[in-house]
Amino acid sequence: MASLKDLRNRIASVKATQKITKAMQMVAAAKLRRAQQAAEAARPYAVRMESVLGNIASTISGGPDAPRLLTGTGQEQTHLLLVLTAERGLCGAFNSSIVRIARERALALMGQGKTVKIFCVGRKGHDALRRQFEKQIVEVVELRTSKGGVTFADAQKIADKIGAMFAAGEFDVATQFFSRFQSVISQVPTAQQLIPATFAEPAAAAEGAEAVYEYEPGEAEILADLLPRNLAVQVFKALLENGASEQGARMSAMDNATRNAGDMIKKQTLTYNRTRQAMITKELIEIISGAEAL
Amino acid sequence: MATFPFELVSPERLVYSGAVTEVIVPGAEGEFGILAGHAPFVSTLKPGVLTIKGDGAARKLFVRGGFAEANPQGLTVLAETAIPLAELPAEKLAQMIRNAQEDVEDAGDEATRASRQQFLEQLKSAAAAIEADSRSPH
Repeated sequence: MASLKDLRNRIASVKATQKITKAMQMVAAAKLRRAQQAAEAARPYAVRMESVLGNIASTISGGPDAPRLLTGTGQEQTHLLLVLTAERGLCGAFNSSIVRIARERALALMGQGKTVKIFCVGRKGHDALRRQFEKQIVEVVELRTSKGGVTFADAQKIADKIGAMFAAGEFDVATQFFSRFQSVISQVPTAQQLIPATFAEPAAAAEGAEAVYEYEPGEAEILADLLPRNLAVQVFKALLENGASEQGARMSAMDNATRNAGDMIKKQTLTYNRTRQAMITKELIEIISGAEAL
Repeated sequence: MATFPFELVSPERLVYSGAVTEVIVPGAEGEFGILAGHAPFVSTLKPGVLTIKGDGAARKLFVRGGFAEANPQGLTVLAETAIPLAELPAEKLAQMIRNAQEDVEDAGDEATRASRQQFLEQLKSAAAAIEADSRSPH
């Protein structure tokens, strides 16, 4: 049986761990608020971009000179999977759930005889995929954002790389994997197709008057200018959603850890008190029986 | 003068939102002014100075990359960069021009070189306009 000193040490160490998890939970809560604000601030841009692009795309997509970012290459042999994960762990199933859907997609595509290329953003996703898909990983970007969160420049850099790869004909279809933030306890791992670009059908029937836009320069030029920007915007949106999801997942994971540590402390304190009482009783019996023997 | 709702949005935040009387936008094919009741119109932006005229003094911002959309509900400008001129240090602009210059030199084929060269020229003329603006009294 563990001695009293061992028990005391064990309780002290669990208490120290509990303090750490508690602090991490509070830090995550503060960061979550900031990440959520950033995600909300970015929403108007993405929404407007999508509505304008949707409008133009619906009028032009049938044409023969429609940009390839919109129509694709006409094949779907090579797939690029953009896997967006966090730089750090200790956030529950956040990283592993994103990696899981990406892995399932990769295996399914490879089963169909397609070529798969993987673009990892974030150290955790790379660590998890490295062993299984070493040959498929073509690009790794780490986001070292100790403070302030992701910026649009980060997304721009990733989008530029993807754009250059697409222009060089290295893949036909690009899909990004990230975690959509729903609430602190619920983050939904999501796959979104980036290239060819997809838009929700514009509600043209409802607002018929809106269809008569004048374009300067032409529609095709605007589309050619906006589609690469849209790529960056979509990546940026996913990164922000991911940021909020990560903090949310970490917050609930650390909340659980703090609660578990509390339970453990309670149980061990009970054992400690019982052991102490048993020792006192034992000593008393020894003294009394010693006195009786005299 | 009639006012109309105007929004200037960057990817990171909503930079400006409110009722204004006139906005001058640096369009890809030349600057244009938008007043209340403009016909539906979409144009891409070149790097330059966007001027907002509302109540009081005109506000000027450096904008780069994006597009403007005017419709019966008002005007929306989406810009990748939107910085008030007062907060834009001259050396940052000079840095942008240097980067653009390097991009021109690094360009692989003729088409990218031409488009990057054009971007560099636009950036330079925007810098000249800002320079002129800062010397003239407001």
